[in-house]
Amino acid sequence: MKEDLVLPSPRETAEGAAREPLLDVSGLTKHFPVKGGFPIRRTVGHVQAVDGVDLTVHVGESFGLVGESGCGKSTTGRLITRLLEPTSGTISYRGQDISRASRKELAPIRSEIQMIFQDPYSSLNPRQTVGKIISNPMEINGIEPEGGREKRVRELLEIVGLNPEHFNRFPHEFSGGQRQRIGVARALALEPKLIVADEPVSALDVSIQAQVVNLLQKVQKELGIAFLFIAHDLAVVRHFSQRVAVMYLGKIIEVGDRDSIYTRPRHPYTHALLSAVPEVNLSDEDTGGRERIRLAGDVPSPISPPSGCRFRTRCWKAQDKCATEEPPLIQISGNRAGHLTACHFPEEPTIEARDEDIVLDPALAALEESED
Amino acid sequence: MTTLTKEAGTPSPAGAGTLLSVRDLHVSFKTEDGIVKAVNGLSFDLQRGRTLGIVGESGSGKSVTNLTVLGLHNPQFTTVEGEILLEGQELTTARESELEKLRGNKVAMIFQDPLTALSPYYTVGRQIAEPYMKHNGASKRAAWDRAVEMLGKVGIPNPKERAKDYPHQFSGGMRQRAMIAMALVCDPDLLIADEPTTALDVTVQAQILDLLKDLQQEFGTGIIFITHDLGVIADMADDIMVMYAGGAVERGTVDEVLRSPQHPYTWGLLNSMPRLDADLDAPLEPIPGAPPSLLTPPSGCPFHPRCTFQDRVEFRDRCVDVRPLLGPDRGSACHLTAEQKRTIFIEEIKPRLG
Repeated sequence: MKEDLVLPSPRETAEGAAREPLLDVSGLTKHFPVKGGFPIRRTVGHVQAVDGVDLTVHVGESFGLVGESGCGKSTTGRLITRLLEPTSGTISYRGQDISRASRKELAPIRSEIQMIFQDPYSSLNPRQTVGKIISNPMEINGIEPEGGREKRVRELLEIVGLNPEHFNRFPHEFSGGQRQRIGVARALALEPKLIVADEPVSALDVSIQAQVVNLLQKVQKELGIAFLFIAHDLAVVRHFSQRVAVMYLGKIIEVGDRDSIYTRPRHPYTHALLSAVPEVNLSDEDTGGRERIRLAGDVPSPISPPSGCRFRTRCWKAQDKCATEEPPLIQISGNRAGHLTACHFPEEPTIEARDEDIVLDPALAALEESED
Repeated sequence: MTTLTKEAGTPSPAGAGTLLSVRDLHVSFKTEDGIVKAVNGLSFDLQRGRTLGIVGESGSGKSVTNLTVLGLHNPQFTTVEGEILLEGQELTTARESELEKLRGNKVAMIFQDPLTALSPYYTVGRQIAEPYMKHNGASKRAAWDRAVEMLGKVGIPNPKERAKDYPHQFSGGMRQRAMIAMALVCDPDLLIADEPTTALDVTVQAQILDLLKDLQQEFGTGIIFITHDLGVIADMADDIMVMYAGGAVERGTVDEVLRSPQHPYTWGLLNSMPRLDADLDAPLEPIPGAPPSLLTPPSGCPFHPRCTFQDRVEFRDRCVDVRPLLGPDRGSACHLTAEQKRTIFIEEIKPRLG
């Protein structure tokens, strides 16, 4: 994931800098202690929520992070915004290492990295008016925009598609989609360079979800803000992100440009994820369809993840090597530059239907056997 | 709501293969803010062994309808009008004791969140065995063996030992499997699945959906499958009913509704849904506005405040004044003419869907 790292001087302008790294994360790790025992409570283990994640987000780019629940994608987002302290690893923002920075050192950077949360109900203070919620970040950072904060709040409300007259209302007077717009306005208040969006649309209804996705896309394109877009919905991520990383049990197992990940995936888990998305086939002719892979069981516990490759316990290609040797995240021959996969025995780069479905679930296999 | 003297669509009289038929169902709740009309003149039929997918956004009345079928609403605050016939037996006026005989026996339900739907106090095996003992008069021993058998069938590894576990010792996917085992233990004729996979991860969801389909084939159960995800519906259902603001707006087979949808709301749903094979240059087309409050539902067509095709209707006022009716068969509740629906979909909607 670490491409040739030419760190830009902080003052360099964004002009012509599509490949300029804005955020560079390497070896990021977060282990949460598990306490237990009696009578003296002590640490009996660690939840390895994030275990050695490397990723780079470029200026103005939208980077998607997908994975199932418990894979560490939200923890990664919170580590990057320094809402959680990393166990080890470095986070550098515009070349400056912020992984150990103190509160004081962080203050100027905090305004450039903002966050949008999943739940629009719990992420807004019910006792503050919308105007107060949106102007709070400006107050804390001592920013006096031209024409005053109130004018700026009205502007922001207009950008996110809300009525500027509503700045005196309270959050409960708005619907879920409107609240999420307030969250977006708050994130935009400080003119950030990077927004970490943690499942920003998954709590919303489909018709409302599209409104918010379009709004975020507009914000990203028009204001040139880089996004780290965290979601479990592969279709939404595909729609929003130029580059996508797939996480499994605290590690990135495949990363690449959108096209590579969605049409030429190499990691068996990426194949399984894509094949599991229920799809509406709208075309009249039967298009052969996609491959069908049904894994067995659930994701293993991150307290004691499998040795070697973490996916091996659910993988149909696993061999002895997978248990002993952890596959490195590398570019497999035939892949595009930047498309990295961590697998010893990668799959063919296609998502077309196979001659034989892969059904690992024992109950399913038994039922389907008896039908034949 | 406009007073509907004529009931909205009278589906053909219950045929031989009809398992459940709902006729002109109205459900309303008394709340502090007023009366919420959660379901408004809904009629549908479910044939034996088939799957009816009910799709709609939150608050469209899809869950309420099915809670009413099982009589799980609170009668103190709820008014139910209309008919629910399960194999000819009227359920809306049935006594509690009669309903108790049906629940878990002839009609079973799978809920969205298995952790809150399972009791934390009893072992999984005991919870599965209980309805079997109650309805079939089986002995404790026989019921336990049956529970173990069912757990094996839904793919719990080592079912003999795992039956002694408590729900918290199961993972999310396994809990949902246990729920399915519990629902199918008495071999019900009707299974109501209310968003059974919404809380699960995609890879687990795919396993559970396939499992439900395979088990349905084996048991011949009729399923009502409630979801907000059109992808899941396309995968599971034989027939689809699209609900909006407490009523059905379109119905038909899966192919009919997804490949030649007729109602502007269905078009909106398809347009706003990101798909893996969609054209990336085309932005999503959200439905403008928000779903209506059911305290004061809009007059006429409930979708008219958000509809962008109103001006194509010959007498525009009709959308505001007259609630369009939905027939018993393939059709949609919209004032546009059949010809208009067809041409608008082919010329304006379909190209965008790619």
